[in-house]
Amino acid sequence: MSVAAEKNTAIRTRGVTKSFGRGESAVKALKGVDFDAHCGELIMIVGPSGCGKTTFLSVLCGTMRADEGSIEVFGTDIVHLGTGTLTAFRGQNVGFIFQQFNLIPTWNIVENASVPLLINGASRRTAETAARTLLAEIGLGARLSAFPSQLSGGQQQRVAIARALIHEPRLLICDEPTASLDAASGRKVMELLKGTACRPDRCVVVVTHDSRIFHFADRIAEMEDGVMKSVHKPGEYNPQYV
Amino acid sequence: MFRLALKMLYGDVAKFIMLIGGLTVCSLLMTQQSGVFCGLMMWTTATIRNIDVPIWVCDAKVEQVNEVVPLRDVDVNRVRSVKGVEWAVPLYWGIIQTRLPNGAFQQVQLTGLDSATLVGRPPRMEKGTAEELRLPNAVIVDQVCVKKFKSKGLTLKVGDVFEINDKEARVVGICKAEQSFMGQPYVYTTYERALEYAPPQRKQLSFILVKPRADTPASEVVARIREVPGLAAFTAKDFADQTMGWYFKYTGIPISFGTVVVLGIIVGIAIAGQTFYLFVHENVRHLAALKAMGAGNVLLAEMVFLQAFVVGIAGYGLGTGLTAMLGAKFMTLGEPPFFLPWQVLAFAGGIIVFICLFAAGIGLIKVFRAEPAVVFR
Repeated sequence: MSVAAEKNTAIRTRGVTKSFGRGESAVKALKGVDFDAHCGELIMIVGPSGCGKTTFLSVLCGTMRADEGSIEVFGTDIVHLGTGTLTAFRGQNVGFIFQQFNLIPTWNIVENASVPLLINGASRRTAETAARTLLAEIGLGARLSAFPSQLSGGQQQRVAIARALIHEPRLLICDEPTASLDAASGRKVMELLKGTACRPDRCVVVVTHDSRIFHFADRIAEMEDGVMKSVHKPGEYNPQYV
Repeated sequence: MFRLALKMLYGDVAKFIMLIGGLTVCSLLMTQQSGVFCGLMMWTTATIRNIDVPIWVCDAKVEQVNEVVPLRDVDVNRVRSVKGVEWAVPLYWGIIQTRLPNGAFQQVQLTGLDSATLVGRPPRMEKGTAEELRLPNAVIVDQVCVKKFKSKGLTLKVGDVFEINDKEARVVGICKAEQSFMGQPYVYTTYERALEYAPPQRKQLSFILVKPRADTPASEVVARIREVPGLAAFTAKDFADQTMGWYFKYTGIPISFGTVVVLGIIVGIAIAGQTFYLFVHENVRHLAALKAMGAGNVLLAEMVFLQAFVVGIAGYGLGTGLTAMLGAKFMTLGEPPFFLPWQVLAFAGGIIVFICLFAAGIGLIKVFRAEPAVVFR
C-alpha cells in the first residue's frame, strides 16, 4: 500500500508533463502538474481555454500517456501500467461523462447504460437489469426503450451519468458535463451528480468552464498555462478568466 | 457486446444495404460467371461422356476430342491386336448438314456407332430403342435436335424423315444427351451409314473406342497403344482433362470469364472496403468512447470482424442464392451452359472472407490508431 492510499488520497500527481508535436513546433500542454484529490470529494478543474485542463484529465484517467511525472490513482501507479492493464484498470475503476455524451445512437438507453458492465464481462441480463434499475432511479424509467436521439440534452446526459456509474467506479471523470445543456438542465445534472455519484469511497473530477456550477464543488483547482495555479473553496473562488 | 456490435451495424441502414449489395454483386459475378465457364468447359467434353468408353484412340496429332484427324479403317485391327485390349470398335464423328422437309438447314454432329455392338449408344433414350438403329436409314436424335428443328418449323417425332447430305434419315428414337460445345445436336446412326451420309474422304474413321481387359489397367493399355505408330490413346478422364486444357490454352474463354470474375472481386473490394471503412470512420468516436471505458483492442477487433463477417455471409448467401436461381433457370432452358462445382462456391467463399478481412482490416487500423482521449475533444 502506497503513501497516497494510506492518506485516503484518490489521485496524486507530481511533475506531470505532456507535449504535442516535435521540435520547434512542439506545444507543451502540461508543464509539471502537481495535483491531489481525495476520496469522497467532488473537485473541479477550471481555467481558461487552452490551459491544459482536458489534456490533464486525459492523462489522469489513463486515456493518454504523460511524457514525464508520476500519477497514482487509488494507490496504483498508472504511468507504468501496460496498455492492456491500463485499459482494464480504466474499465473497472473509472467512469466517464463527456461533454458530447458519446451515446451510441443505434442502441437504446438501456443498452448504452449497460456497456461498462458488458465490457467488464457481465452477462447481458445482469447488465441490462442493473441499467434499468439505475435509469429508473435517475428518472428515466418511462423511457427505457428510447434511443438517444429521442431524448433531450439533459436526459441524454442523465443516461451518460447512469453509464458512468453502473459499474460502481471509484473515479468519475466528467468533461464539461453541462456545456451542452441549458442552465436548468445543467443544474439538474449537477444535482444528480452530487446526489448520486458522490460517495465516501469515490472521487469525482469535473473539468468545466461553467461558473454557474462552481458551488457544487468541494474544491476548485485552477489551471493556467499547463500548471496547477491554485486550489480554492467554492465560496472563496473568484475566477479572473471567465 | 457482439449483439450491440450488430445493432450498430444494422442501425446504419444505408451502409448496411450498400455493404450487402456490394458483396452480393461480387459473389453473384464470381459464382455465376464461373458457373457458366465451368458449364462451357463441361460442354467441350460432352462427347466423351455421351459415348462413355474407357479408352479413346485417335490420330497421334489430335489434341482434343472436338478435332478429328481421320484414321484408316485398318487401324481398328491394329488396335485390336494390342495386348490387353478386350475390344476395339470404330466411331465416326463429324459435323454435317441436314435438310428438313420444309427446306431449312441445320448442322448436326453425326455419330456413327459400330453396328454390331452399338458401343457409344445414346446415354438415355426417351423414345424408341438404340437397337432400332439397325433399321434402314435409321437415326436417333437428341433433345437439342428436337428443339432446333422445332425452331425451324419441324416438330420432330419418331417416324419423321429428313435428309442428311441428300440421303434419307428416318427418326427411330429420341434421346437425351449432354449438349456439345459447338451447340450442334447429336444425331446417332451406325458407322456404315454414317460413312454413307458423310462426304467421301480417303480416310473416314474418327476414333477407335477401346475397352481394356479386366486384368489389365487402362493406363497400361493406353501406353501400349501409343507405341503403335501414328496413334494416340487416352483414358476417358485424361482425354477430358486434355480437352479442357486445350480450351484453356488456345481460346480466349478463360480470359473472358476470368476478367468478369476479377471485376467482381474488384467491385466487392472497392464497395465493401470503402463502405466499411466509412462505417468505421463514422463510428470511430463511439469506438474510442468504448476504448476509454475499458474495451480493449481485441474486443473492438472482434466486434468489427463480426460486423464484417455478418455482411459477408449475407452477401455471399444472397449472391450464391441468385446464382443458384439463375443456374436452375439455365439448366431448364438448356443454355447458356451452367455447372456449379463445390470448388467454385469454396473459391467465392474464400474471396468473400478475404474481402471481409480486408474491409475489417482497414477499418481496424483506424480503430487501433484512435486514442481513447479523442472522446474529450
